[in-house]
Amino acid sequence: MVDVTDRARQLRGKGWDKPLVFVLCLLPLAAVVYGAVLGGLGPDPVKALIVMTGDWAIRALLVVFSVSALRSWLGWSRLLRFRRMLGLFAGFYASLHLLVVATYLFAWDWTIVLEELSERPYIIAGFAAWLLLLPMVVTSNNYSIRRLGRRWRQLHRLIYPVMGLAWLHVVWQVRSSYLEALIYGLLIVVLALPRLRRFQFTR
Amino acid sequence: MLIKKPDDIASSEITPEAVYLRRREFMQGAAAMAAMAVAPMAFSAPSPLSHTPVDARAGNPFYTGETQTPFSDASRYNNFYEFGTDKSDPAKYASALTVDPWSIDVEGEVDKPGKYALEDILKSVDIEERVYRLRCVEAWSMVIPWLGFPLSDLIRQWQPTSKAKYIQFETLYRPSEMRGQRSAFSTIDWPYIEGLRMDEAMHPLTLMSVGMYGRELPNQNGAPIRLVVPWKYGFKSVKSIVKIRFTERQPKTSWQGIAPREYGFYANVNPKVDHPRWSQRYERRLPSSLLSPNRIRTQMFNGYEEQVAGLYKGMNLRRYY
Ligand code: HEM
Repeated sequence: MVDVTDRARQLRGKGWDKPLVFVLCLLPLAAVVYGAVLGGLGPDPVKALIVMTGDWAIRALLVVFSVSALRSWLGWSRLLRFRRMLGLFAGFYASLHLLVVATYLFAWDWTIVLEELSERPYIIAGFAAWLLLLPMVVTSNNYSIRRLGRRWRQLHRLIYPVMGLAWLHVVWQVRSSYLEALIYGLLIVVLALPRLRRFQFTR
Repeated sequence: MLIKKPDDIASSEITPEAVYLRRREFMQGAAAMAAMAVAPMAFSAPSPLSHTPVDARAGNPFYTGETQTPFSDASRYNNFYEFGTDKSDPAKYASALTVDPWSIDVEGEVDKPGKYALEDILKSVDIEERVYRLRCVEAWSMVIPWLGFPLSDLIRQWQPTSKAKYIQFETLYRPSEMRGQRSAFSTIDWPYIEGLRMDEAMHPLTLMSVGMYGRELPNQNGAPIRLVVPWKYGFKSVKSIVKIRFTERQPKTSWQGIAPREYGFYANVNPKVDHPRWSQRYERRLPSSLLSPNRIRTQMFNGYEEQVAGLYKGMNLRRYY
């Protein structure tokens, strides 16, 4: 109230658009809660919940990841306003996914957790993706941006290994169809193209 | 060492004769138990298939007394990739399949090869009910009342030659009715192939099923005729069978082709041998819920150890997974 910065004014500028995106980002959670509470997840709700939260985690990551590509192709810089929120939601859905897995597959049994984390490459990749998301989640605030300066941008390049690891996590689960893994892989590569080119120029 | 390749097992050990004998002993025991049955089972739905009810006494391997999975779940939660990769796809799309007329081609090392119409096959056997545990390799399980007859009844009619050491099964290939077979991204090279060693095929627990829950098999469960091998992971229990081939060499199964390190020929349920990507020590008995996930320990040979362990005596089950 006292100190209205430019940024805050800009945020307030459109009034309704951020709340709208926020509500849209909550819809998957609503679907998850609806399915979990009222049923409709079928005879194996555990599996359904894991797949559902995992799917939304990778979709949310793809959405955040697409922001800068859309900016460089279409000049949609306004999307930048939502990037922090989208990123936090990606972190949220990934954490929810991990929570479901830890509760229902691992039953919070540390011997199982250790075994899974030491033996199964797809679990290691998923866990590594989640770990690398954490520092980005923690620094997604104005204070950290100011505090870290240049290093903030460098830190948030972690999104590249996160996308790669998340993709490996899905590919290593393929049983009967390559379709999903193929779509995710193509999207990640295409969305990374503009930035790969930029890396070339800066070097 | 105890490690013995299946090829090293003397062929006398797996001749049908030896198995007939073992089977007779087994059957006599089971018959004695059946004689003690208190009352015949009552079925809620009138059955289109006549069958002999079996004893519900605890300890009868043919008839587990565990809570049965509801029909609605067993018929709507299926892995039948011919109709799509989602568990709900088979129930949605399998109605496109025509199962009448149906016949099975019998080929290979057998004295009576030929094309056998399903009606004729059914006339030659007695249908009975069996309640088996079904353990999927994906760590979930169900309890299902099947209607069917021992595969050995058919094998004996067809008279395999002494060279027949294995049986190969083939699922229908009909992309026009099986939409999953039209997918360009499938990892499976159709048609779906499975196989058993001759002694496994002759085992009294090994069932050819034509119905479940007192009615005919729904298409999505493998109509009109499928295999049920309760001590092996579900993918061995091949559905909608159109071809049976008796062979001297071990057949190459579909899943062995896709991921040989993950799915072996034997695929016996074994809590001590993990799938490379997940643990097999526990299973979710369906229906499961979030409040009570129904997570139970997986049993050796899916609880049929007493009946089938002898088939694998001396084999390293870690190697022959
Ligand atoms: C950025 C982080 C992550 C993303 C984007 C992600 C994404 C996914 C996706 C999309 C699936 C569904 C695959 C399918 O369609 O079947 C999935 C499944 C799964 N994920 Fe993750 N995941 C992440 C982290 C984790 C972590 C940290 C763990 C555990 C430590 C984990 C364990 C699993 C398991 C166990 C499954 C299901 C396996 C099954 O089908 O039974 N994931 N994940």
